[in-house]
Amino acid sequence: MLKQCEGSVAIAESVALCRPEVICAYPITPQTHIVEGLGLLVKSGKLKSCEYINVESEFAAMSVAIGASACGARAYTATASQGILYMAEAIYNASGLGLPIVMTVGNRSIGAPINIWNDHTDSMALRDAGWIQLYAESNQEAVDLHIQAFRLGEALSLPVMVCVDGFILTHAYERVDVPSQEQVDAYLPRFEPRQVVDPDEPVTIGAMVGPEAFMEVRYLAHARQMQALELIPELAAEFRGAFGRDSGGLLHTYRSEDAETIVVALGSVNGTIKDVVDEMRAEGVKIGSVAICSFRPFPSAALAGALGHAARVVVVEKSLSVGIGGNVSHNLKMALAGRATRVHAVIAGLGGRAITMASLKKVFRRAIEDRLEAVSFLDLNMEVVNRQLERERLERRPGPAAEAILRDLAGAGVGVGAGANGKGGAR
Amino acid sequence: MTGPNRVRFYQTGTFTVGNRLLDVSVGSVQSDAERNNSLNSGHRACQGCGEALGARYALDAAMRAVDGRLVVANATGCLEVFSTPYPESSWRVAWLHSLFANAASVATGMAAAMKVKGRRDVRVIAQGGDGGTVDIGFACLSGMFERNDDVLYICYDNEAYMNTGVQRSSATPAAARTATTPAAGDQPGNVFGQGKSVPLIAMAHGIPYVGTASVADLRDLEYKVGRAMAIRGARYLHVHVPCPLGWGCPTGDTIKVARLAAESGLFPIFEAEAGEVTGRRLIRRPVRAEEYLKTQTRFAHLFNPKRDEARLALIQRIADRNIERFGLVEQEAVA
Ligand SMILES: Cc1ncc(C[n+]2csc(CCOP(=O)(O)OP(=O)(O)O)c2C)c(N)n1
Ligand code: SF4
Ligand SMILES: [Mg+2]
Repeated sequence: MLKQCEGSVAIAESVALCRPEVICAYPITPQTHIVEGLGLLVKSGKLKSCEYINVESEFAAMSVAIGASACGARAYTATASQGILYMAEAIYNASGLGLPIVMTVGNRSIGAPINIWNDHTDSMALRDAGWIQLYAESNQEAVDLHIQAFRLGEALSLPVMVCVDGFILTHAYERVDVPSQEQVDAYLPRFEPRQVVDPDEPVTIGAMVGPEAFMEVRYLAHARQMQALELIPELAAEFRGAFGRDSGGLLHTYRSEDAETIVVALGSVNGTIKDVVDEMRAEGVKIGSVAICSFRPFPSAALAGALGHAARVVVVEKSLSVGIGGNVSHNLKMALAGRATRVHAVIAGLGGRAITMASLKKVFRRAIEDRLEAVSFLDLNMEVVNRQLERERLERRPGPAAEAILRDLAGAGVGVGAGANGKGGAR
Repeated sequence: MTGPNRVRFYQTGTFTVGNRLLDVSVGSVQSDAERNNSLNSGHRACQGCGEALGARYALDAAMRAVDGRLVVANATGCLEVFSTPYPESSWRVAWLHSLFANAASVATGMAAAMKVKGRRDVRVIAQGGDGGTVDIGFACLSGMFERNDDVLYICYDNEAYMNTGVQRSSATPAAARTATTPAAGDQPGNVFGQGKSVPLIAMAHGIPYVGTASVADLRDLEYKVGRAMAIRGARYLHVHVPCPLGWGCPTGDTIKVARLAAESGLFPIFEAEAGEVTGRRLIRRPVRAEEYLKTQTRFAHLFNPKRDEARLALIQRIADRNIERFGLVEQEAVA
């Protein structure tokens, strides 16, 4: 059914259509509206046969989901930012145990400095945890990916994160087609677990494993993700047949077939990138873009196929692998190993900084002129950074850096930070 | 004391009573040839491990109480490690180990799954050591209590982090030597005035049932597990389980040491319903705290090279306070 609604509400409805049996809720911006929406659906009786549990932390949320999933229940939770780190240990555990939990991540930065706005630092921090990671480009795709996520995860006995840009998607009102219960029921079969904790067939799950078998058990998770590389496009194709639209899959290409320059990104920023591509195409530039939907498993072969002909690839990344540069570009270089394609990482939008078409266009031009560095930072105010570095050079104790930078910006008449209202100054 | 101990049987020199004198319905679960053997032989616990003993009795009693309809969540710790070196397992119950801190939450999830699937006959136990319960697992435990989830949590308290080599936990008693509270300096061993009573904190949550028990009285442990399994909602059992390796006592003295802890008042044995104490295990032959302390090398510095009278008195005061607080000694025995 077509409706105009907030992304979080649409996601909640989509999750409810998947008939989760246990939902664990713990609030963190910008995920709150999703679990609130689900709470209402359960409490009002619209979502039946579902236990909605208000837990005391994200660590507990994932742990409750682990217990529920291990007993054969379809389990769901949602988190973001600090929350995903708080549950990190249990995130690894869920995948190690092979439990097909589905979790929405309302992508948000990680502090310090504390910041509620969007980037991908949170889910990227857990990229190697053994979960499948799907990134939604729009709210429609977010709705659809959740339905595919339960199907995919349960088929492979692996947990799935559906990553949805905080605020940009979670809080955006857009037109969304929410499918019917019949459609979802036809696409998503009942959960048949591979293993269960059950007194009728008592087994030991979670035993201590030494060096003699640990490699093999770990490798199994990798092998399953390699299977997911096959299954994800199949499920997306089946989804297209059943629901009549393209959603999910390993990646989406846009005007990239003959492109010399291809921009690669995850999530909602692809909308902006496509607009820039259109503008530059109109100017005669051979540019296109590729949205990676499945970051784990990483679609190396599909990317090599989609990018191999390009002279250069510009990866717009919403996370920073501190000390090296980009996470996505790093992975991409593996996929393009042995090819002449140049790969540039452009770190952009950290902590919610707007990624504007004008700035993107400038950086793509630089790339085309072969003037773009291997790693660069979109709209980074280097003067402010340099002034802070200078303060630190001159003084042993210049005080907290974030506050000093806010004061600096306020003094320069740029921002409204803590320094400006007199609350933030340490000195 | 409620339950079977209401009738006292005294035999010469012991406080035990032969099971053959009892009706089968009140006979111990362990005396039953048909018992489940939930924690089967072949595990790798040290000789005389109180935790292995306690877990075996507790789970067999639970299995009997719920007719085998049981699933178990286990925290990381000695109990988990010695029972499941892959691919061997000593568990003859449906058993899941996830992490160190989350057994209570995992159990909440299990109970939720059973409820939503209409399998209310399947009951859930979470279990872990003192570290996994009173320290790192405390938030999950409190959350499970507060929501009144249908879980019995059993803490096997051996008063330190044993699996990692005997480090202090917040259940480690004053003066005890551990690897992180060494018997060095002018205040050797664990600091005084720290730690907490998780049974009392559990009671403050107002949950339906809280009990303490000890391997000193295995019938009482079995009874309390049975009592707990007859109740729905969040329940807590805190079981005192000597660790010969960590405490420095002979492996044959586990029960004796546990008994001295109870009889000195240092480990009060009681039960509570809905936040009110409803029963206590009376001390039959009160002993001085030092009789207990002397049995373990972790307290050796209190006696050698010379008696530490001041700190022995402080510990005696802790025991006296417990006896008074929980009414552990019958009035005539005091008089
Ligand atoms: C998050 C985390 N921190 C630390 C450890 C290391 N660790 C494993 S078992 C254990 C000690 C367990 O102590 P306790 O819960 O008292 O059980 P015991 O071994 O004494 O029976 C520790 C510290 C761990 N596995 N996970
Ligand atoms: S160290 Fe202690 S608790 Fe651990 S197995 Fe040995 S006796 Fe038992
Ligand atoms: Mg311990």
